Amino acid sequence: MAEPMKIRAQMQGDTADIKVLMNHIMETGLRKDAKTGQPIPAHHIQSVNVTVGGKVVLDAQWGYAVAKNPFLGFKVKGAKAGDKVVINWVDNKGDKRTDEAAIS
Amino acid sequence: MNQLRRTFLKSTGAAGTVALAVAAGLLKPGQVLAAEWNKSAFEAKNIADAMKGVNAAGAAKSADILIKAPEIAENGAVVPVEVTSKIAATSDIVIFVDENVNPMIADFTFSNGAEGYVSTRIKMAKTSNVTVVVKAGGKSYMASKEVKVTIGGCGG
Repeated sequence: MAEPMKIRAQMQGDTADIKVLMNHIMETGLRKDAKTGQPIPAHHIQSVNVTVGGKVVLDAQWGYAVAKNPFLGFKVKGAKAGDKVVINWVDNKGDKRTDEAAIS
Repeated sequence: MNQLRRTFLKSTGAAGTVALAVAAGLLKPGQVLAAEWNKSAFEAKNIADAMKGVNAAGAAKSADILIKAPEIAENGAVVPVEVTSKIAATSDIVIFVDENVNPMIADFTFSNGAEGYVSTRIKMAKTSNVTVVVKAGGKSYMASKEVKVTIGGCGG
């Protein structure tokens, strides 16, 4: 099971500034094992879904080249302090992780 | 890997099915994106095919897309990229690295008040243009910015 995400969600005026740090190896599938010379299979997050206050605000699909331990920052207008931010990701092997935080 | 076989699989497999479904009006492009990982676009080997895969071929150049990325990235494995779209009703931001083996990096779809802004970190194999496609009101727009890479970040 993957490590928890770090989520920071703060109001700036009428906009929530949300920053997320995920824990994932994000293997591209292009690298080779230095010892065996065998390709290392791809293992990366494929989809990310974010809701704020129960409404979907961001739906993302990721390919092979989002950097390891992905960072994601976005802004949501009309959100309020106290709204719950729920973030989900699913990777290409079916591993998943859900974390939540309240906007401060 | 047998290149011919890959090409054959790609052209007859997932890409064909999705394209057919879109053409037949069974699925709107947006729904395809939301429902299923866009395999054909992510596995495309060049920027033109990747852009076709997200229905953004022939996107118009726009000065309202701001790409913030370093001029020179010392480490291609972690290149911070920040995209701001000033285009009204921006629904999607799609990020590509033209020279990567698989140019398409990520597709972000916004709704319910999320602004046309995203900040993330990507991998770049070598010096390349970072191309961003923005979708707004059923139209596609694009912008590019070159990032010089001193050490590639995609292995191989």
